Amino acid sequence: MLKIENLKAVVDGVEILKGINLSVNSGEVHAIMGPNGSGKSTLSSVIAGDETYEVSSGSILFDDDDLLDLDPDQRAHKGVFLSFQYPVEIPGISVSNFIKAAITEKRKVLGLDPMPAKDLLWKMREKMDLLNMKPGYLSRNMNEGFSGGEKKRNEIFQMAMLEPKLAILDETDSGLDIDALKVVANGVNKLKNSNNATIVITHYQRLLDYIVPDYVHVLHNGRIIKSGGKELAHQLEEKGYDWITKLADEKWGS
Amino acid sequence: MKKEELSEDELLEKVTSTEYKYGFTTNIDSDTIPKGLSEDVVRIISKKKEEPNWMLEYRLKAYRTWLEMKEPDWANVNYPKPNYQDIIYYSAPKQKKKLDSLDDLDPELKKTFDKLGISLNEQKRLSGVAVDIVMDSVSVATSFKSKLADLGIIFCSISEAIKEHPELVQKYLGTVVPARDNFFSALNAAVFSDGSFCYIPKGSRCPMELSTYFRINEAGTGQFERTLLIADEGSYVSYLEGCTAPQRDENQLHAAVVELIAMDNAEIKYSTVQTWYPGNKDGVGGVFNFVTKRGICHKKAKISWTQVETGSAVTWKYPSCILKGDHSIGEFFSVAVTNNLQQADTGTKMIHLGKNSKSTIIAKGICAGKSNGSYRGLVQISKGAKNSRNFSQCDSLLMGDSCGSHTFPYIEVKNSSSQVEHEATTSKIGEDQIFYCNQRGIGTEEAIALIVNGYCKDVLNQLPMEFAVEAQKLLEISLEGSVG
Ligand SMILES: Nc1ncnc2c1ncn2[C@@H]1O[C@H](COP(=O)(O)OP(=O)(O)O)[C@@H](O)[C@H]1O
Ligand SMILES: [Mg+2]
Repeated sequence: MLKIENLKAVVDGVEILKGINLSVNSGEVHAIMGPNGSGKSTLSSVIAGDETYEVSSGSILFDDDDLLDLDPDQRAHKGVFLSFQYPVEIPGISVSNFIKAAITEKRKVLGLDPMPAKDLLWKMREKMDLLNMKPGYLSRNMNEGFSGGEKKRNEIFQMAMLEPKLAILDETDSGLDIDALKVVANGVNKLKNSNNATIVITHYQRLLDYIVPDYVHVLHNGRIIKSGGKELAHQLEEKGYDWITKLADEKWGS
Repeated sequence: MKKEELSEDELLEKVTSTEYKYGFTTNIDSDTIPKGLSEDVVRIISKKKEEPNWMLEYRLKAYRTWLEMKEPDWANVNYPKPNYQDIIYYSAPKQKKKLDSLDDLDPELKKTFDKLGISLNEQKRLSGVAVDIVMDSVSVATSFKSKLADLGIIFCSISEAIKEHPELVQKYLGTVVPARDNFFSALNAAVFSDGSFCYIPKGSRCPMELSTYFRINEAGTGQFERTLLIADEGSYVSYLEGCTAPQRDENQLHAAVVELIAMDNAEIKYSTVQTWYPGNKDGVGGVFNFVTKRGICHKKAKISWTQVETGSAVTWKYPSCILKGDHSIGEFFSVAVTNNLQQADTGTKMIHLGKNSKSTIIAKGICAGKSNGSYRGLVQISKGAKNSRNFSQCDSLLMGDSCGSHTFPYIEVKNSSSQVEHEATTSKIGEDQIFYCNQRGIGTEEAIALIVNGYCKDVLNQLPMEFAVEAQKLLEISLEGSVG
């Protein structure tokens, strides 16, 4: 589904991604771990099409498309979803109106009329239940005055509504208490099927107890320096990152 | 205290005159009238409109006042001062150039009509294409009028009111905006062509929104429009001015006057969507819009001004409330959009005279292109206006780096029991907000529209439902292409 090859990205003349290779197939869950500043958010932003980052080389294939040829909204229409590490506020726009706009735009591209209001409302109700959202949530303004945890849940709610093929969850666990974490993880697990895939970005093992990855990758200094199965996450939890980052630094320089 | 009462009296003084009683001295052929302004021209206008003598005198006095006034230059706008002797002050009621078919219509305008979803017949009507079929709005207007008449509500053109209801017009005209109030109000009083008149009798609630739309077939929107709206004790009316379709007019200078009178316990909601032609991208053409709008609130009365402004090359406009009665309420909700080379200097004045009077100001400016938007607000709380309150919020949203916004709040509080709160913010549409929307599949144009709508929500919510929807579309159109 997703095939990233030798991806390099630059911001303000500084190379942040230094040659990423990553393949994700349908039905898989990949975890990307790594210390702060290693480039995890940059990688997700580049996949989503944030123009702050200049792609200096490499390719990102998504099914049959080269994502790098598409605008961010087109990528979204193809089924790429990013749960932002820091979701922004959009004052004055209610959650329901925002989601309605997003769904309407996607359907427009597919040549479909807007979803009937009733169906849309039913779907929102269903997903609200799935994620234990409080009543009144739909009429709150997008992320305005939301707590950290509420923002993250709002991201997952949108994911549930938009049903992407590829969901990238960038530190969705930070800001969530353990109960909220379980709810969110449960929601993500329920949305999983054999046609979609999830990339979970985190630097804690905690989330991976609930969303169990098929593969774990360690990102450091703009490179994936180690990949493995879910046991790799446990090793990192026990030993920290130093034992692998040191090896990598010897090889690539720090 | 004494001093203020004086100025209040001054403000409310009726500006009528019986001093000058000249007969008509000039006879000029009916449909041609020379360029420029003189006493004779004022007389001709009045005569053509078959006005009673008191009206002529009113106009003449205004004209003489105007002669002694200077065009204001304190607003934060730049424009070539019109040559007042180069304007034709009377033109036959149909001012718009007749087009033979919609194919003759400016393609830009046609495109906008289509985007607004305006029906072909409406398009023809709005752009002055001759239509022979009876249009819906005309028949609606007729049945609508008889319904209003049953309730004792008068809604007609001001010319008609001068003839049919002289006692009301004479009693109230110029009481809220005296001719000498400012340069443009004096000019308007001298030469106004037409406008709306509305009277709501005691205790009635006008059952529908009154709209100039329903009488546009009687008189096209004029260059010097005059509106007088009286809500008698305990009555309610919601009035919609303008039309969400863009109006193109050959008249460059527009100087309208609107007077609202809310008697004890009455409520007036006055909503405007203004879309005069703003000129092209280089600032050529476009309407100069200098408007004086003011309402007076008697005891426990309430006036709300809501406006969405996207048009005009130059706008100069401050809908105001004189809160004369105790417990009276004034509100001002405004969205002013400027794009390309547009300039707007708008705001409001809330003059608190009555005790426990309250006012709220929510002003939202949106600047794009190389435009310039200013908010100018005056909150004046007199000594006698004990326990009065004002809350003002003035926000500006900038799109791009070459536009500018300015806020000039003037606050005068003359007693210690009153409270004034002022908040102001300036923000930009963030790249991160747009990217966030993009990531959800919402394209950049739609994203901007969405963000702008959210920003304007508090104001749009004040508009009657249908008007609000159209105003939203209008905002989108006027900001199209403004962020790369
Ligand atoms: N917009 C930006 N401008 C400049 N530097 C940036 C920008 N975004 C990220 N960086 C830098 O790139 C590196 C990786 O950041 P990031 O991708 O946010 O890491 P992570 O998500 O793994 O914590 C950091 O050194 C950060 O300072
Ligand atoms: Mg990050």
